[in-house]
Amino acid sequence: MHELSIAMRVIDLAEGHLRAAGGGPVAAVRLRVGRLAGVVPDALRSALTMAAQGTAFEAAAIEIDEVPVRIWCPSCQREVDLPGLVPLACPECGVRSGDVRAGHELELESLVLAAEVEGAA
Amino acid sequence: MSGPRILEVRTKILKANDELAREMRRGFERLGLLVVNMVSSPGTGKTTFLKETLVRLAERGEACAAVVGDLETDNDARRLAESGAPVRQINTHGLCHLEADMVAKHLEGWDLAGLRYLFIENVGNLVCPTSWDLGESVRLALLSVTEGEDKPLKYPGLFNTADVAAITKLDLATACEFDRELARANIDTVRPGMRVFETSAKTGAGLDEWLAYLAERRAGLTAG
Repeated sequence: MHELSIAMRVIDLAEGHLRAAGGGPVAAVRLRVGRLAGVVPDALRSALTMAAQGTAFEAAAIEIDEVPVRIWCPSCQREVDLPGLVPLACPECGVRSGDVRAGHELELESLVLAAEVEGAA
Repeated sequence: MSGPRILEVRTKILKANDELAREMRRGFERLGLLVVNMVSSPGTGKTTFLKETLVRLAERGEACAAVVGDLETDNDARRLAESGAPVRQINTHGLCHLEADMVAKHLEGWDLAGLRYLFIENVGNLVCPTSWDLGESVRLALLSVTEGEDKPLKYPGLFNTADVAAITKLDLATACEFDRELARANIDTVRPGMRVFETSAKTGAGLDEWLAYLAERRAGLTAG
């Protein structure tokens, strides 16, 4: 369950960025997780819900953008996205390639700060 | 009233670990020290494989050391110390993987400049260690003949982030009806072109080839 240690880092990072931006209510936390990152999005979501308790992110939605594995196909001479994780081969022509261009991402993409209503708490 | 505002952050979640690992790798490589991070499921035979590697390196007069990660116990460190090499145990107390700062902390006080090879035996786990760079120059994924040929397909992330793979317990291959061609094909499916060593720590099969690879990689560090 390494998702919890990742979730705690997400909250730490997010708190730092939120403080720098002057704080405020957070509507959503957006993440990018590559399919080869070794992280299960659902497990990360649950872990984040736990790690967010008692923080400014407690009520925030967790939005995870899953990044497909993208390889360079030496035969088609272009980058192609894979429908799954394996095989690491071009879905068009079947040629194998270990040249992975995307899919290892594990990033805090953005924080969506909630609309503040004047005069309301 | 103002609308929702999007605060672009675009930060790597493991940035702190990645930065420390990069700094460690630079330091190791400057010293001509080849660091190997060994990853596999529990029971693949990492410790036995490593012990035989350490014994053989010592016979050749190559100074080497190891740090070994486990949730609890120092059993593996005691087994590895039988090789004569300095060994330190990292107990993660429940954490399923090693992180760069844990390795850095356990290297304190060691004369790294006097070493040529340092092995990090990661916690036995096929998922969690994938994301953590430990400052290694070589990541070795191990697969034993008793685990089945399709492990690489089931855990592609771990094999995909490895630089080389070793098949272990080759002496049991016949008893397990292990299909080595299929295993190699599966490794190639998740990491095309990756070099694979077929080994048995018991008979010594494949270990010379593995040691030759290590020497070659180390020579690459000092040349570079």
